[in-house]
Amino acid sequence: MLCQFCQKRIATVHFTQVVNGNKVEMYLCEQCAKEKGQFSFGSPFGFNDFFPAIMELNQGPSYSAVKSNVQVCEKCGMSYEEFQRVGKLGCSNCYTLFGELLKPLLKRLHGNTQHSGKVPENVSRNINTSKEIEALQELLNKAVQREEYEKAAEIRDKIRALERDKGK
Amino acid sequence: MKGTVNEKGPESDVVISSRVRLARNLKDYPFPFKMNKEQQNEVLNIIKDSVLNDNDPLLKDIKYYGISSLNPVERQALVEKHLISRELAESQKESGILLSSGEKVCIMINEEDHLRLQCIFPGMQIDKAWDLCNSMDSMLEKKVKFAFDDHYGYLTCCPTNLGTGIRASAMIHLPALVMTGYIKGVLDACGKLGVAVRGRYGENSEASGNIFQISNQMTLGLTEEEIITHITNVTFQIIEQERALRNELYKQNPIRFEDKVFRSLGVFSNARTISTEESLKLLSDVRLGVDMGIIKNISMDTLNEIMLLIQPANLQKYARKLLNPAERDVMRAEVIRLKLSQNGQPTKGD
Repeated sequence: MLCQFCQKRIATVHFTQVVNGNKVEMYLCEQCAKEKGQFSFGSPFGFNDFFPAIMELNQGPSYSAVKSNVQVCEKCGMSYEEFQRVGKLGCSNCYTLFGELLKPLLKRLHGNTQHSGKVPENVSRNINTSKEIEALQELLNKAVQREEYEKAAEIRDKIRALERDKGK
Repeated sequence: MKGTVNEKGPESDVVISSRVRLARNLKDYPFPFKMNKEQQNEVLNIIKDSVLNDNDPLLKDIKYYGISSLNPVERQALVEKHLISRELAESQKESGILLSSGEKVCIMINEEDHLRLQCIFPGMQIDKAWDLCNSMDSMLEKKVKFAFDDHYGYLTCCPTNLGTGIRASAMIHLPALVMTGYIKGVLDACGKLGVAVRGRYGENSEASGNIFQISNQMTLGLTEEEIITHITNVTFQIIEQERALRNELYKQNPIRFEDKVFRSLGVFSNARTISTEESLKLLSDVRLGVDMGIIKNISMDTLNEIMLLIQPANLQKYARKLLNPAERDVMRAEVIRLKLSQNGQPTKGD
């Protein structure tokens, strides 16, 4: 099936939009869906306003905080609407992009949103570094509060060194 | 290929096999359903190469099979053996499997996730299956970068697998719980404990032959060890209940119990045409008879072999030709009679 918008590419996305109370369904290619997605979040009452209700996700400020963000993943072309339909995410970046929207769902599925199991060896080193940086950051703040600027400079240098390591 | 199911493991009177699978994705690629053919091939080759070009003893007897190189019967036979999913068997993607010669290890490539690492052991050995899976995972992570997030853990295509990506399961035979209707209570209790119980082919399948698959539902927020311990404990509870009920049923009316078992054996070993459904039902009674020591001259190995061979694709593989359903029913009855007569010797130690 060809995209109903551009009539050129294969339609891979089932796009639903509510216009003046009427549901409009279209089969679009990823590119057009992406463009449509970007148009729709600017409009005052797009389909984006409905999916949290459908997904029972409308739970406080977490949703409204992300509402104005981009709704289509730039890495894989996944929209939140598509996720709702297929129940799958398209790539790692989707987890970052839709993170806040996913949290209530994850909470329902797993009772939790924080991983506590195995960590790949190369990542665990970075996590340890991150924790160390966090701890140093706190010491730095305290040093600044106490106006111990020499000590603060020392800590700052340590943090910079760790950040360089982490970037490697 | 002699599979895991033909070996005997601990608690094999109730537990047929144990399995652990880990879902993993490569960091730099979208998940399989968002990849183009080129990316699918790249991922396939990266995983294939990192497993096959390794001298580690864990990986030495592993062979690669491309899904497109297998004919439909061969693919279906792998599904019946629980080595691959229906989804992978029907996949149009560039996908494949890495299978060890003993069929203890099976890695699906480009299924829902880039990798589905599975280890299967006979009987109740979920802990051993996890140990092997864990070692293989650690070895692979030295060669490839998995998609991992500090907060969410291992990133998976479906959020139901997020975090540890682990699914630990046991395939269990529960004839007494089904016969008495107590299975409903077990299913309810499992639901409350975050444990899923399904028919033998996993998702959306009916329990045939009183065989169930029990597995963890939650994958995020618990450690792998916590999940393994939980599912093991729940499974042991069910094993104990099943055993107690079997003994109780026998004690209440030994003649009726034996009558049921031997009638089923009579039909099972004499039928001239038999459907998969009926044979699985009878097989369940015969297995129960063997487990209880009522039927003494049939080995569990023979029953396990029959259980595999009576399924449509494995039956056709065995017959080395395509058969229509009516022909299959005749062939199935023939295979059952043949296997029972070949291995009608008493089991060792009996």
